[in-house]
This record gives sequence, C-alpha cells and structure tokens, in this order.
Amino acid sequence: MIKSNSGIRKTDVINRRMFIIGAAKVVVFAAIVARLFSLQINENKKYLTLSDKNRIREWKLPPTRGNIVDYFGNVIAGNLKVYQLHIIPEQVENFNYLLVRLKKLLNLSDKKITRINKLKAELKPWDSIIVSENLSWSQFVKINNYLYDLVGIKPVMTISRNYPFKDVYTHVLGYVSQPNEQEILDNQIIQERFVPGMKIGKLGLEKRLENYLIGTNAIQRYEVNAYGKRINQLEHQKGEQGSKIRLTVDTEIQKACAELLNEKAGSISVMDIYTGDIIAMYSSPSYDPNLFLFGISQDEWQLIRNNPLKPLINKTLSGLYSPGSTIKPIVALSALENKVIDTKFKVKCTGKMELYGQTFHCWKEKGHGWVSLKNAMKQSCDTYFYEVARLLGVDRLNITAEKFGLGKKVLGQYFENEKKGLFPNTKWKKNNLGKGWVLGETLITGIGQGYIQSTPLQLCMMTAQIANGGYKIKPKIIVDSNPVSYEDAKQSMESGLLFDTNSETLLDKKLFKDKKNIKIVQEAMFSSTNERFGTSYKSRIDDPKYQFAGKTGTAQVKRISKRERELDLELEQIPYKDRDHALYVAYGPYINPRYALSIIVEHGGSGSKAAAPIAKKLFKLIIDRHELREQQSNFERITI
Amino acid sequence: MFQHDRLNNEITFFQKIKNLDYILLISVILLSVISVFVMYSTDGGDILFHTKNHFVKLIVFFPLMIFVALFNIKFWHNFSYLIYFVVILLLVWVSFFGIKSSGSQRWMDVYFFVLQPSELMKIAIIMCLAKYYHRLKIENVNSFTSITIVLSIIFIPTIFVISQPDLGTSILIALSGLIILWLGGVKIKYFIYSFITFLISLPFIISFLKPYQKLRILTFLDPDRDPLGAGYQIIQSKIAIGSGGLDGKGFLKGTQSYLDFLPEKHTDFIFTLFSEEFGFIGSVGLLILYAIIIFRIIRIGSISRSNFAKLFCFGFAFAIFIYIVVNLSMVLGLLPIVGSPLPIMSYGGSSMLATMIGFGIVLSAKINHKQMIA
Repeated sequence: MIKSNSGIRKTDVINRRMFIIGAAKVVVFAAIVARLFSLQINENKKYLTLSDKNRIREWKLPPTRGNIVDYFGNVIAGNLKVYQLHIIPEQVENFNYLLVRLKKLLNLSDKKITRINKLKAELKPWDSIIVSENLSWSQFVKINNYLYDLVGIKPVMTISRNYPFKDVYTHVLGYVSQPNEQEILDNQIIQERFVPGMKIGKLGLEKRLENYLIGTNAIQRYEVNAYGKRINQLEHQKGEQGSKIRLTVDTEIQKACAELLNEKAGSISVMDIYTGDIIAMYSSPSYDPNLFLFGISQDEWQLIRNNPLKPLINKTLSGLYSPGSTIKPIVALSALENKVIDTKFKVKCTGKMELYGQTFHCWKEKGHGWVSLKNAMKQSCDTYFYEVARLLGVDRLNITAEKFGLGKKVLGQYFENEKKGLFPNTKWKKNNLGKGWVLGETLITGIGQGYIQSTPLQLCMMTAQIANGGYKIKPKIIVDSNPVSYEDAKQSMESGLLFDTNSETLLDKKLFKDKKNIKIVQEAMFSSTNERFGTSYKSRIDDPKYQFAGKTGTAQVKRISKRERELDLELEQIPYKDRDHALYVAYGPYINPRYALSIIVEHGGSGSKAAAPIAKKLFKLIIDRHELREQQSNFERITI
Repeated sequence: MFQHDRLNNEITFFQKIKNLDYILLISVILLSVISVFVMYSTDGGDILFHTKNHFVKLIVFFPLMIFVALFNIKFWHNFSYLIYFVVILLLVWVSFFGIKSSGSQRWMDVYFFVLQPSELMKIAIIMCLAKYYHRLKIENVNSFTSITIVLSIIFIPTIFVISQPDLGTSILIALSGLIILWLGGVKIKYFIYSFITFLISLPFIISFLKPYQKLRILTFLDPDRDPLGAGYQIIQSKIAIGSGGLDGKGFLKGTQSYLDFLPEKHTDFIFTLFSEEFGFIGSVGLLILYAIIIFRIIRIGSISRSNFAKLFCFGFAFAIFIYIVVNLSMVLGLLPIVGSPLPIMSYGGSSMLATMIGFGIVLSAKINHKQMIA
C-alpha cells in the first residue's frame, strides 16, 4: 500500500501543478485574443489601407494635350489617332519567329530588332514592348490580316500630337518630343504626370505653355498580385484634355508669308497696330515639327542642321539685324521732338559727307542735292540723316528709340529664345567697350548701321506704334485661354502670360510730345511709297483700300571697300554671304491704318527690290482678311 | 480490485466506441472540416494539390486515431520507451540519409508519404517521460540521477533536431518534455534557477545561432528594418490579419492570400489566411474550438486513474496549447518567426499524424480511464 500511497501523493502533485499551468494557459489565450482585438478591431483601418495599397496599383496613361488654334479656330496643333504595335512577351509562343515575321511585314531595321530584344530582357514579361509608335494605315491593316499568325502582338490605337500646317508654324509653336531626365526633374507637373511614351513641348509655345497644354492622365486601377501582375481592372478614370489655347495669328496670312519667303532666308511679322495682336510671325526657312514626334532620323536632322539658311533659328525673334534705313522714321521723329529740325530744314547732299577726315557716303553717289525731311525720307538720303543725327546726338536718339521698343524684348515672357537687341548710347559704349563715343558713330547710327541691332519683330512694333499715332502697345500672340480651373486662371493673370493686364489709359501710353511730329513722319513714310522717286514707289498700291506707307532699308553686312564702291557690282556678282540684307517696314491702309509689318530678306540685296514687293503682295491679303477678323473678334471670349 | 481488472480487460468493441469522448471527437472533426475549407481557399478557391492531399491525409489519419484509441492505455504505456527509441533511430537515420530541402535535412521518404520524424518526437517524448515519471517514486523525483536521465531523454532528440537544423520543432520538443518534468514534481526552484541560467547564457546561445536565425530575431524586434526582405512575412501577415476586421473579408476573398502577398500560407501562416477571411469573430471562434479540445484533454487526464494517462494527457494538452501559442504569436508578430505548424489546420502530414496519434492515445485513456497501471 506504500506504493499506492505514494501514487496518491504523486497524483496530487500532478493535479496541483496542472492547475497552475491551466491558469497560465487562460492568461496566455487572453493575451492572444487581446492582440487579435488590437490588430483587427483597433487598427483595422490602418491595415485595411495597407492591404489596399498592396493589391491596388494605378497605371497612368499619357494625357491628351490641349489643342492650339489660330484666331479663326483652325487647329494648328492638334491630336491625331495613331496606330501602334505592342508585343506582350508572356503571350508570345516563339519570340524569334515573331520578330522575323514582323521584320518582313514592317521592314524593321536590324538595329530595331536588337532594341526590342534588349527591351524584352529589361521589362517584366507582362509589360508591353512598343515595336512601332506610328504605323501607317496600310501597315496596320497588314498586321491585322496576319493577326492569327502573330500570337502575342497587340495593335493599339492611341493619340499623338499633330501639326497640320507642318513647317508654317514651327517657329511659333515649337514641337513636342520625348522629355529627357532633366526636363522631367525641372517641371513638377511633368514629373507628376509623366508616363513612358509621353511627349512634352521642347520649344516655342508648346514648351512655354506646357503646364496649360499638358492635360491630366487617365488612370486605370488594377488589382495586382505580389509579383506586380495585373489580375483585373477595377476602375477607369478619364483624364482631362489640356487647355485649348487660341492664338492671335491668321493661318491664311501665315501661309502666305511662308510662300513669299520660299527658298529665302528671312522673316515676316504682321501686327495689329491697336491691339498688338500678332497676325503672322514667320521665320524662313522652317522645318516640319511632325518629324520630331517619333524621333527624327539622323539624316533628316543633319539636313536641317546643315542647311546654310539656318532653319533652326527663329529669325523673327532671335535674328539680330542692323535696321538700316528703316530706323530713319525714328531718327526723324526724335529730331522733330527735340526741335533740332523742322519741316523746312534742308541739307545739301553731294553724295558724301566729310567729318574729321573720314568720308561718310550716301547710297546715291551723285547726291540728292538740297533735301528736306520729306524728300530725304522718300529717297532715303543718307547725308541728310548723317547731319540730323549729328545735330541730335546719339543719347537723345536713344531715348526715342527705346520708347518705341528698340533694345527691349517684344514678347519677352512667351519665347525663351527672343533677343532684346541693342540701341547704343554713349553710356553704353563707356560701360561695355570702355571707350568714349565718337561722333562718326552717331552718324552711322542715324542710318541704322553700327552697333545698333534689332529683331524683325521690334521693327514691326516700332512701325505699328508710329502708325497708331504714337501710342504704346503690348504685343500678344494668345487671345484667350480656357483655364481648367479658377486657380489656373488666377495664376495666368499673375504671370501676365495669357491676359493683357495692362490697364493704363491711352494717355499713359503716349510716346510723343507733339502729335504733329508723328503726322510729319507718317506723311514722309507715305511719300516714300506712294510718290515718284520714293524708294518703294514701284511696290505701291494705288487703291486707297489697300494703300500703305513704308520705309525701305538696306543693311550692310560688311564694310564696303573703296574698290567695291567703284565697281558697283550687280547683286548676283557678290558672294551670297556678303550681300546686303533687304528690309521693309510698312503700315496700312494709309487712311485709318490697322496693320503694320516688317519684312527682312537675308542677303536679299536692296530693300526696295527684295523686301518692298513682298509687302505689296501681302497687304492685299491682310486687308481682305480684315473684315473676317473683325467678325471673329465678336466671339473673342467664346471657346471654339 | 479483481473486479475492476476483469471489467477493464473484457470491455467489448462497442463499449469502447461508446466510451469515446464525443465532445473531443466532434471538435476534432469540426476542426478538420474547417481546415479543408481553409486549404481550399489557399488553393485560390479550387480543389488543387494542397486541398486534395490535406483531405486524403485527414481521411487516412482520422481512422488511425480511432485505431490507436482502441488499444488499451496499458499497451501504450508498455511500448512508450520502445516508441521513443524507434523515433530516435529515425532521427539518426534522417541525419544521415534524410531528404534535403531548402537547406535542412529533416525528412524521410516512406513511399506513400514524406515523414518528418521530429514531428513524431513531439508525441514520443511525452509518452516516454510520462512512463518514466509514472514509474519513478515520488521521493526520487528530485534526485540527481533521475534529473540527469530525464534531461538526457529531452536533450538527445532536441540536439538531433537542432542540427537538422530545425530550431522551431526542437524548442517545441524541449518544451513538451520540460512540462512533464514540471508535472512530475521537479522542484520549482530548479525551474527558476535554470530559467535564470538560460537568460544569462542567452547571448552565448545567440552567438551560436545561424545567421538567418539571428536575422529572424532582429526582424522580430523591428520588422520594418527590411520590409521587402526578412521583415516581409511578418509585415504581410499583420496586414492580412489586421485588414480582416471584425467579420473578415469573406470566404475566398482574402486579397492578401489570393494575390500571393502572404508567404507560407498553406503551412505556418494558415491562421493568417483564416483570420483575414473570417475576421475577429472567426479567429476567436477557432481559438474557442482549440480551447474546448485542450479542456477535454485535461478533463480526460483528471478522470484517469493511472498517472501515466494523467501525465500524458496533461502533457499533450500543454503541447497542443504551446503549438497554438507559438504559431499564433508568430503570425501576430508577438514572437520571432520559428517554423511551427498550427495543429490540424496547417498543411503537413507528419504534424497531423503526430497530433492524431496524440488524440488517439488521449481517447484510449478516456476509454480506459479506470485502468490502473502497475
């Protein structure tokens, strides 16, 4: 029974110890339930969010850019459906066979094939590879016909930028292309909306107005698994197209400008003298911006780059030229304003003028004889303006010229590549060249040579401000915007980019002291075009509806040596690079003027022969379009 | 005495079936059914490999449990040492000829399925020690010899299992053994002393750990230190459980699991999937089911007249409890990740086999609870 006794005792021990453990178990189970409670009830929201973050992934699609339209609502930068070809590697049975087939069907280059293979190695098997960004319709049809045999390929329809007028607007609009890394980093909106295959503005208004044009991404939400593979689509959120931008330009006139400057290097600008609307702004030669959309080929790029007429330069805004005789209206006005001369003041032109042993030539070797302001302007007598400039002095001339916009950017904030040019004075020379001003330099500044440099658009604005009676205008190229939100609108107001915030009264914009003086200059310009012996008399239009007033200019690109002066070569005999630039500024109609223009033909020879005839052809069209334009302006704030 | 013996010995088959513990039995069946449905969910709502295999194993092992129960508890008492010894031999065999998989060698191929002897050791060690303490005089429980012997019984298999390497299972084996020491009456101060010694030597033990094991401990302390690497499992598990909420995402709708964010969802993280789909209510329900099973086993132990049956039942109840606690603490981020399955629920034949044998012996103890063992 001892055994039995000890057995009973042992049982007691076991039971007692079991009780202790039992209590411990209850505590531990309670702790686990508490933990469950804290995770599933207290922190449920947090973990639910985390779980959704795990399983839901968003795919952004490229946003659709806003259209850019001309004043009449014609789309000048739009969007076009394009056909693309994608390969989805995981669906392909035999990748090499597929590539061989595609190579034959689409004439793919070997380089392209290597690139596809490289992409295949880099991407996940369910990410699509873009074989061709822009299939022609016939290629697209061909692919669709063979679809049964091409397992794993997907023809896709998507949207791409399109410039229907090709090279006509390149220097205004710029173009879009794939962004580089720096461009993505620099612009936060691009950074947020970037998706591979997206194009951004690289130049011109496309670049400057990127944030308005860009649009918002369409978003597709997919449920994905742990490896990132899409399982099913949850939601499709449509993106919003970028804002529509309406420009002040007229495509008909712009096209005419392009034709008139065909195969020439040069620029034409046309401006509304009251509103400052830019009607046309063409720099020749131009190039087709559509070439850049899908990556320009090396050959095409070299062709553009190496063209001696320099199509890449926007001559209207960044071409710097001596204004030549086109500056004479300003010289005359400045002299009148400063009471240095009056209409009766006369100078005898003998064909040259001597100053401190230096000879200053008039373009007419035999001289013009005694000339007054009107005759001097009409025949563009250099000697007269040498004398006037000498009496006036460069500093007083500078003040007037800068008032009329020379030496300052015209459109400043719109175009990055716009240059401000230069109108010199004595202080400028001292500060920049460290030398004192020489009187001889005043003389050549008086005929628009020397240090003076201006852009064609500046000359256009200068002419416009003379034409409107001497009032300051603020040139603009954008009519209205279609801001997506109040915030955007406000922002654009503040930046002064889309709206003219200038609320000065006409009086504040007055650029003259005596209105009579403007009238005198206008009359002188009229006679230059419409009276016998005027430099652009041959290019006149007698019909008062189209009649215009203007001033020719011939800007030397190099100093004319004595020998050359004696030879008096014909234009064709001079090497292209050494020929003079031909310039012409004009406004019309003479009665109730409305438009001003400036024309530059690089190395075109004399202004009267090369530039003024262009104005004659253009003015007819400009005036004919006026009525249409007026009608259109009634709908100014209506979105087209 | 005589009458008792006669009665017990001549118990008929039908009486045995009648004497089974039906609450325990029904709970186990319920748990098995739940486990099949959960396995079906891990297969993405399809009857695939895991579901089929799990179901087949249940179909085979459940009758085995009844079969084990039909043997007299005395039989299991008599063969306890032998069983322990055989399992030790299997462990030795595995350490030489076992199948290697993902860096450890712990399996043997027995033609119809792959056996993991370390899982069987979880039961064998309880049987062995229960028999030892059943036979040991109470006066000798704290003697040097007996303690040396029981510690050897515990640490020999533990060391084999650690060297496989399989830290999780070895800890569970050691804990299952130590609980019998506790129940057998080893002085409490010994437990306290060894616990203190363990704490002091912990830094040394850690220095012996394999790099991946150290990483697991570091990850446990701060799962966010490497969210896509070592911390991934525990972070995803917590997300799954936490996002389940009060009533879960619904059967077959656990996004974490069917989108493959959840690792090891068939085995160690099966509770995570269950909890994601059935929420707090389901999880607590499952815990209650486990609690009923544990409670029934303890009850059978306490009505048993033999100390062997008592020790085995209490020990086994504790073992089941500790498996559950270790597994749940792991998936809930309360313990570092050590591979340990959830009884019956997790996919894995050996673990289920061992658990079913355990239940079988418990049921045998129930049928023969009046049986005295000399």
